[in-house]
Amino acid sequence: MIQRLLLWADDRFGTARFLHHALKKAFPDHWSFMLGEINIYAFIVLLATGTFLALWFVPAHTNVVYDGPYTFLRGDRMSQAYDSVLHISFAVNAGLLIRQIHHWAANIFVAGIVVHMGRIFFTAAFRNPRELNWIIGVLLLFAAMFEGFTGYSMPDDLLSGIGLRIADSILQSVPFIGTWAMFFLTGGVWPPEILIQRLFVLHVFIMPALITLGITVHLMILWRQKHTQFPGPRRTEENVVGSPLFPTYTVKSLALQMGVIAMCCALGAFVQINPVWLWGPYQTWRAISPAQPDWYIGWLEGALRIEPHWAIHLFGHMIPSPFWAGVLLPGVVMLALLVYPFAEAKLRGDTGAHHLLNRPRDVPARTGFGVAAFVFMLALFLAGSDDVQARYLHLPINDMVLGYRIFSIAGPVIAFWISYSLAAELKKRGGVHESERVRLTRTPEGGYEEEPIG
Amino acid sequence: MTNQAAIRERAVAAGLILSMIGGVAFMIAYAKQAAIQWQGLGLCAAFAGLLIAALGWARWVLPYEQVVDLRDTYPQPEEEREQMVEAYEHGMAELTRRRWLVRLLYGAAGILGLAALFPVGSLGPQPDDTLFHTRWKRGVRLQRADGALVKEDDLNVDGIITVFPEGSIGDSQSMTVLLRLPDGVGKNTLGGLIAYSKMCTHAGCPVALYRAADQRLVCPCHQSAFDAANDAQVIDGPADHALPRLPLQISSDGFVEAAGDFPSPVGPGFWEER
Repeated sequence: MIQRLLLWADDRFGTARFLHHALKKAFPDHWSFMLGEINIYAFIVLLATGTFLALWFVPAHTNVVYDGPYTFLRGDRMSQAYDSVLHISFAVNAGLLIRQIHHWAANIFVAGIVVHMGRIFFTAAFRNPRELNWIIGVLLLFAAMFEGFTGYSMPDDLLSGIGLRIADSILQSVPFIGTWAMFFLTGGVWPPEILIQRLFVLHVFIMPALITLGITVHLMILWRQKHTQFPGPRRTEENVVGSPLFPTYTVKSLALQMGVIAMCCALGAFVQINPVWLWGPYQTWRAISPAQPDWYIGWLEGALRIEPHWAIHLFGHMIPSPFWAGVLLPGVVMLALLVYPFAEAKLRGDTGAHHLLNRPRDVPARTGFGVAAFVFMLALFLAGSDDVQARYLHLPINDMVLGYRIFSIAGPVIAFWISYSLAAELKKRGGVHESERVRLTRTPEGGYEEEPIG
Repeated sequence: MTNQAAIRERAVAAGLILSMIGGVAFMIAYAKQAAIQWQGLGLCAAFAGLLIAALGWARWVLPYEQVVDLRDTYPQPEEEREQMVEAYEHGMAELTRRRWLVRLLYGAAGILGLAALFPVGSLGPQPDDTLFHTRWKRGVRLQRADGALVKEDDLNVDGIITVFPEGSIGDSQSMTVLLRLPDGVGKNTLGGLIAYSKMCTHAGCPVALYRAADQRLVCPCHQSAFDAANDAQVIDGPADHALPRLPLQISSDGFVEAAGDFPSPVGPGFWEER
């Protein structure tokens, strides 16, 4: 059947040569090369569950009185958005399951991107000719974070409302255009009357379309340039050694897909996430404590907590303190990620094309820099829940803030020194790639003969 | 050998059967509107079974096979690169022979691009002075979220309530905390009563925590702390300026009311603020 389809396609489009090579395309075997696929599969889960949720969700601030099955909120005034999320959670069969799978898949999606990016960074897969794919990947990471934020901001529960208010304040802190941007996004009033509708358009149409486009181009470039590979026997800059796309790699990738979906289902079924009915509807004057965003916004939350309380007053204008953590920091992080491949090529004087990967030890300075950057983000992330830690550690919150300020500056320096030294030491000792591989042959007499290979 | 192969094939088969059981279990759990744990368990088993099957299939049923692809070399041969550049330059030269038409084209494209930006203006109103004012005015009474008006002696020492201008319950700009400080503590109080904007000057969260022992107002979002006994000056945290104080007065019939609007903009800072 499919065979006939292939022949039919060739009759009309002349696809035989392309598909022949496509089916036999080599994909290098290494577990870390499959990390990026986690994101594709999590994204598929997000599209499927998100479509289901969008059929029920009402993106409106209109006030209603709840009279659904959740008795604790019966009679409370709330927006239609929050009401519809309660409806999905309590009245739609499997609705809560789908909602929780969706939320978990989102967390996995962003986590997968971060881990995948770590692999690309520490193996130097971003080098010429793959700089553009690195840039697309960085943009996808920020798009995914923004998509996640719009997603958990839409239910209009107390936690999401507070998150939106903070985002609004950050937008307002942008010099020159901040106030304009804030008025345009929210309609100029708070609590807003049109914001959820706009978040909805962003969340279910604009951002998914952009992410789909980004993933498509990302994969087309990968396909065209072919995958990188670690150095090894028979592997050169000119070839790719690996499993054929069909059948071996297809089945492997399918296994990963099933694993990702199974994991999302298990988490969605058994691990509660964002129980919005416990937070209650958003009311401007109410707050909950402790309050934390989803994990991938944690670094910004932490930065907002430990940033200096400096405001700049210039020529009758003001740059308020959220600017440092909410605008400058993410801007610098994004810019640093975007220019990294070019900066490193320039610094190392190595602008040539590379298809063989480095191991982390091969370039200790890069590894040190990567680990330092990770520790910096980790410090900010942990600072995002310093109030919870203070309670368990019985420490004053001010000590926690001071501690994380020191950690975020000293931590990366120490991390750089340790990881640089480790990598340099490992490099000195060599490793599997330097050791000689031999073919061992047993002779009829019972002796062994060695013959180097590779 | 054959024994091992048989075991492995059975493992793959077991995965596929598990998947079928999971799928059926999900359908039953869904039809019976069972708890999401049962529904999710069924779905999870359906996919986990396929995971097991696909893993076993890839590792044990399929032969180990390695293929070698040659990379396309790029840059492509110099001749083709030159032809490409030539084709572009030829086309471009033809296109731009009439310089003045090209300049007009730039003009038309630029104006159209600018015109296309104009509908952005429909998104929201232009910023007006709403960030500088709230709904508090001289003589506006204080009203709680539940609608009750506030009388002079409603609050005990160390008590704190959230109030709005009468008729504007929920208005974010105007939300205010009213406290009664102990005797002799604080300045500018009205017989111990004092009111500050409830919107944090850092990122706009409600300043919802109060530690009466040292008159400390704390924002639960980023832990900015303000000294209620000292004009709500910032003691700790990332906030960059004090909470504005609402001037109070007592009406002739004993209700607490505002003596005017906040003297400075409430909430987080913005570009136009001084």
